[in-house]
Amino acid sequence: MASKPRIKVPKSASAGEVITIKTLISHEMESGQRKDKDGNPIPRKIINKFTCAFEGQTVFECDLDPAISANPYFEFNAKVPASGTFKFTWLDDDGSVYEAEEPIEVK
Amino acid sequence: MKRLLIAGVALVAGLAATSWAMAEPVDDTLEIDGKPMITRTKAPEGHPFDEVISGWHYRETETRDLERDTFENPAMVSVEDGEVLWNKVDGTAGKSCATCHGDAAESMKGIGARFPKWDADSKKPINVELQINKCRTEQMGAEALPFDKGGQKELTAYIKHQSLGMPVSIDLAEGDMQSWWERGKEVYYTRTGQLNLACASCHEVGVGKFIRADHLSQGQINGFPVYRLKSGFTSLHNRFRGCIRDTRAEMPKAFSDELMALETYVTWRGTGLSVETPAVRP
Repeated sequence: MASKPRIKVPKSASAGEVITIKTLISHEMESGQRKDKDGNPIPRKIINKFTCAFEGQTVFECDLDPAISANPYFEFNAKVPASGTFKFTWLDDDGSVYEAEEPIEVK
Repeated sequence: MKRLLIAGVALVAGLAATSWAMAEPVDDTLEIDGKPMITRTKAPEGHPFDEVISGWHYRETETRDLERDTFENPAMVSVEDGEVLWNKVDGTAGKSCATCHGDAAESMKGIGARFPKWDADSKKPINVELQINKCRTEQMGAEALPFDKGGQKELTAYIKHQSLGMPVSIDLAEGDMQSWWERGKEVYYTRTGQLNLACASCHEVGVGKFIRADHLSQGQINGFPVYRLKSGFTSLHNRFRGCIRDTRAEMPKAFSDELMALETYVTWRGTGLSVETPAVRP
């Protein structure tokens, strides 16, 4: 696991404009299918859910399965009605929750 | 018979014409996250070229674009891994890099631009990888990192990345750096291997030409460790060894005297270029 996730949200936009958001988190996304050199299965440990909310309202949500490879990258569009903050959460199999947020100014 | 002869001559002439392909480095400017980079600059005194040009200019549009945005740059994940290692306690002394050096953004600024430098203890040039090991063994009570393992590439890239944009400039007056520079120069120009090629064969005589599909650059190292599209995150000495292997010569060991001399000389060849670590290359 690495430091904070990378988020790309435009600093500003006009009201009602559709913007592109990119997120990247460092995570091994261990599928559970691999075996170590002694033949023992390496346990599954992946991010299984990603959500993006804007001022409390869900904008984008995704369930992830072991087929997703390491360092999951998401790129999606969102329509911003007014200034506010995007909140991003990643849920790990082991219960950890990784969070980040980015504000956006609407002119 | 005559027709066959004419066809034969035409074929040979056609082959000769296609074997020589050349292209100019692209006319473009690099800004990383909006920060301007020096990718072309006047060469220092005594340099074989008039202008020193970053390898970035010899790459395709898509490759160049990947380097413009630290979000898109695939190597930034490795740099972040390096940051985690910077803060990780390791060794019997219970220290991390951060314990002595604090915030790398401040303490490591300039390192990427000034290394390799003279190490009075070993009486040799020392690069970032070896300096990391020196700190680990002498200050942290930790084991030296083996070549390309244990996070060496990631930590080196994280440290050098703190100097992003700063012009490369090593001090050849310190200690015996000048004689190591001379030795490196000799390595650079000496033909080796079954293919009998020197570094200069491709990167000086052949610069701008195509070797199969690769557009030969000046062979600058201001962006190392780099993200190579063909092989992922790659360290400098790995690339030195790879190039030498490609001439079908015996590869010197990483951090051997030969390669340290070469690193000293080749760093000088890029004097004035911005540190681009981690660069994106094919």
